[in-house]
Amino acid sequence: MTEYVSTTPGLYPLPDWAKDDLSHLKGHQKHDLISGDEGEEITAVYEEARDEVISVQQDAGLDRIVEGQLRWDDMLAHPLAVNDAVETRGIVRYYDNNNFYREPVVTDDLAATGDVASELEAAADLTDDDDLQAVLPGPYSLADLSTDEHYGDEADFLAAIADLLADEADAFPDVETLFLLEPSLVENAPDDGEDERASEAIDQVASAVDADVVVQPYWGALEEKVYAHLLDADIDAVGFDFVSNQDDNLYNIQEYGATDDIALGLADGQNTLVEDPEAIRDRVEWVEGQLPTAEFETVYLTTNTETFYLPYAKYVEKLEVLAEAADLAEVTAA
Amino acid sequence: MSENKDQFRPEDHENDHFLLTSVVGSYPKPKWLNRAKELYEDDEADFDEDNWKEAKDDAALVITNEHERAGLDTVVDGEMRRNEMVEFFAHRIDGYEFNGPVKVWGHNYFDKPSVVSEVEYDENWLVDEYEFTASATDRPVKVPITGPYTLASWAFNEAYEDDAELAYALADLVNEEIEKLVDAGARYIQIDEPALATTPDDHAIVGEALERIVADIPEEVRIGLHVCYGDYSRIYPEILEFPVDEFDLELANGDYEQLDVFKDPEFTADLALGVVDVHVAEVESVEQIEENIKKGLEVVPPEQLVVSPDCGLKLLPREVAYGKMENMVQAARNVEADLDAGNIDIERETPTPADD
Repeated sequence: MTEYVSTTPGLYPLPDWAKDDLSHLKGHQKHDLISGDEGEEITAVYEEARDEVISVQQDAGLDRIVEGQLRWDDMLAHPLAVNDAVETRGIVRYYDNNNFYREPVVTDDLAATGDVASELEAAADLTDDDDLQAVLPGPYSLADLSTDEHYGDEADFLAAIADLLADEADAFPDVETLFLLEPSLVENAPDDGEDERASEAIDQVASAVDADVVVQPYWGALEEKVYAHLLDADIDAVGFDFVSNQDDNLYNIQEYGATDDIALGLADGQNTLVEDPEAIRDRVEWVEGQLPTAEFETVYLTTNTETFYLPYAKYVEKLEVLAEAADLAEVTAA
Repeated sequence: MSENKDQFRPEDHENDHFLLTSVVGSYPKPKWLNRAKELYEDDEADFDEDNWKEAKDDAALVITNEHERAGLDTVVDGEMRRNEMVEFFAHRIDGYEFNGPVKVWGHNYFDKPSVVSEVEYDENWLVDEYEFTASATDRPVKVPITGPYTLASWAFNEAYEDDAELAYALADLVNEEIEKLVDAGARYIQIDEPALATTPDDHAIVGEALERIVADIPEEVRIGLHVCYGDYSRIYPEILEFPVDEFDLELANGDYEQLDVFKDPEFTADLALGVVDVHVAEVESVEQIEENIKKGLEVVPPEQLVVSPDCGLKLLPREVAYGKMENMVQAARNVEADLDAGNIDIERETPTPADD
């Protein structure tokens, strides 16, 4: 019987009080952003904010709890922005959004920092044993968001990023699930050869954790070949952004099949319009009805994208809707 | 080229040539205005709605006067009454609501509004401020309005099928506002569409929105379009089809690297050329600005050239903003005199006609 699991891809908006406090403590310029060595006062604000967003998830009834990635000033580029082998330079556009991050430039051999692991340790203290979910950028997206001035070769650079992420993941405390976010697989799709390497890099990071691994591309559907290669990686689920594209995502699943588990991005992480839980449940049934496959073991219900784009109160509502939709789907299936 | 530029020529203009000088819109706010705002927002301070209105009126007078002193041919109140270019209008249009700040980058946030129902015209947006400014100066007053595509793109769209439908609905409201402004005497309107630079593939949506904006607006009303900080090659020459008199473009910041984009095909509208950089807090010399103005003459003849800063000046120190305006006007007058004297000989390439 299918298990319906409500979750999110993390990267939450800061509570409004924390936006104010941190603006005040850190400042507004690019050299004020997180570099991994923030002092006690700033750390205390982030701890309190982390407590709050974990409580929000628990109160909403989500099945997986993320740390929230509130420190990730540079969004998915964060794991590089805190790395000693990286210089952060000018402000560059974050995909097709009105958002910006510091361009990370890799200038030396990359080595794991344990930065993400220590966030998860802190989150683990606040959550139950079996519901903690880790979030990382997928290796292809992290390579795509950064600039290489050290490795010199695209394939070598991707391999180095995969090594880095695998080492970071290896240091994680026990987690139930790992979400690897891979918007670049859609937004800047890999060419021939590159697509296979991207899949191998994902496989390497996925193998570093003893957890269910979900690879979530978004802002559209994967090209057919990219999807086919992705299925070769040893992962538990692929995520599909059904908010931005239904037809091509459905086509991929119908043509190439799917993993045993699946993640459905059905709530819009970039719009304040809050979906009805019943509507989300109906969309789950609709997707399942379109597929020739037998039932999935696990269906993750999630927003399609990160949620930092939303005002805080709307983000909270989205989480509540996802939790309720998963409960409804569970009941309907039973 | 547009026929409606000469109405802005001052009666005592000393040169035969006339390069219209203007600003994009925003200008640094006097420090005391920010202090007044804090008082207004402080519940314990004895500073009410009337006091706050008076402070904004005073600031508008000061900046309008500052533009006059700099010698600008057309003036703006420096957008003293506006906090942010989307928020200001969203507060005045039925259908928008605010749910809190969202991140742009780092700890820079803005109150991105949501469109939750059909947008409708409610109170007037700019007529009062236009009438106030126009009564305080003898110079023509330019009115900048955030364009419908930007008002749509920089909001959450909960109510319309897509952003294009929302932009068209907003364009009808902008048209209504411009009709009111024209009735009040305005003859120079600038539509600001910075969002076009970030999503250049949507130029057709902006074009359709502009058609709605200018519907039934008399020919003598000059309509400009300001677009900044993007890859212009992705919207040129398509934008030449837009029903506007003038394109106001940011080019000084990139050292005119993108100038060649506009040389072929022929630039058929008026060019409001950015000749001072708003991201450099040093005042360019008159000579430097003269050279920049001459860059514009590589694209259009003097009759089609307007002189302007790259973008709004609001992030500069106020004395720097003033210095840039003063030098810009002086440089324009010098270039006019040189043109009169026949001292400027700039070859424009013969481009292929646009319809080839």
